[in-house]
Amino acid sequence: MLDALARFGRHGMAALERFGRAHLLFLQIVSGITSLLPRPGLLVTQTYSVGVRTLVIVTVSGLFVGMVLALQGYYVLSQFAAEDSLGVMVAASLVRELGPVVTALLFAGRAGSALTAEIGLMKATEQLSGLEMMAVDPVRRILTPRFVAGLISMPVLAALFSAIGALGGYFVGVGLLGVDDGAFWSQMQAKIDWNEDVINGVIKSLVFGLVCTWIALFQGYDSVPTSEGVSRATTRTVVHSALAVLVLDFVLTAMMFGE
Amino acid sequence: MMKIRQVEIAVGAFMAAGLIALFFLAMQVSNLSAFTTGEGYEVSARFDNIGGLKVRSPVAMAGVRLGRVVEIRYDQSSYEALVILRIESQYDQIPDDTFAKIYTSGLLGEQYIGLDPGGSEEMLADGGEITMTQSALVLEEIVGQFLFSKAEEKGLE
Repeated sequence: MLDALARFGRHGMAALERFGRAHLLFLQIVSGITSLLPRPGLLVTQTYSVGVRTLVIVTVSGLFVGMVLALQGYYVLSQFAAEDSLGVMVAASLVRELGPVVTALLFAGRAGSALTAEIGLMKATEQLSGLEMMAVDPVRRILTPRFVAGLISMPVLAALFSAIGALGGYFVGVGLLGVDDGAFWSQMQAKIDWNEDVINGVIKSLVFGLVCTWIALFQGYDSVPTSEGVSRATTRTVVHSALAVLVLDFVLTAMMFGE
Repeated sequence: MMKIRQVEIAVGAFMAAGLIALFFLAMQVSNLSAFTTGEGYEVSARFDNIGGLKVRSPVAMAGVRLGRVVEIRYDQSSYEALVILRIESQYDQIPDDTFAKIYTSGLLGEQYIGLDPGGSEEMLADGGEITMTQSALVLEEIVGQFLFSKAEEKGLE
């Protein structure tokens, strides 16, 4: 009985400690941003591997999510003879919610897990200690460029997701289901507000980008340097990122759109 | 590993695509293209009942949007709603005896203010007030009146 209680306490303390280490690492990463200025090449390479290589999955998913939204939305809206509002429905759900959230989930699965595995393996093969031996700060040299790259890539990816999703909705709605072309766009423009909807979506995607990259980097940096440890860290990255994104999405939505 | 130049080109294209997507969201999806930078003049109007009118609801004349509702207040002294309309400055030929009514676009659509021009020589200017207004139609009231008149007919027979 007491043993169980002790185990529980040990887990709690370990979790709290990890939480603290994650924040310390975050501070270290952010304080290294200025050292990135003389070496923009690092950032470009990382933006390529984090952002550009996530592009295909994000655009294809965006297209299909937009198309499905149009199909499903049409089914409900046509019961009220309100098919003309299809554009509003597709664009609002994309820009406000699905764009940032689905992109963040894909981002965590595609880029986050890769980041964790990469850094975990660097640790396991003692490349990070090697850097430290050469008096190079591994946090500034390895983690900071990846962090900034993630921060830049997420809003770009989310914006692309929403834009391509809207086009996908247009193809299905107007092309396949016969919604009026003009009404589709004009209703959308009338109801979607730049500040209220689009900018809030961008803010969401920025926050998600920060959290997902941070989790991925911390899990890699904090992993047990064995093959099993790296694999567990990668799994944790995806699980924690997904949870963090969905919970934060609720909090942000309540703050932004709740009156 | 790809050559650094190719990587740079790919990243540049990636960022450009993101900007294009944002531009698309701004111009095609959202209302930024119809955004006016606060230019225009404000006039007020009092209504007995504004129904579902909201801030940012359109103000239209002959079906063309001339401006938006910028503020809705409740006037305690007259028990009326005070609605401030911002009209774009290019539309400065609105007579001061214009009639303002609250309409609904479509059966379930949003409510907007429709202006019917009067015949006065004086034009509305900043700070002016539209004195002739008609409240929103409240469905319950209409149904209530209808039932009441039906009952009256029954009573007369």
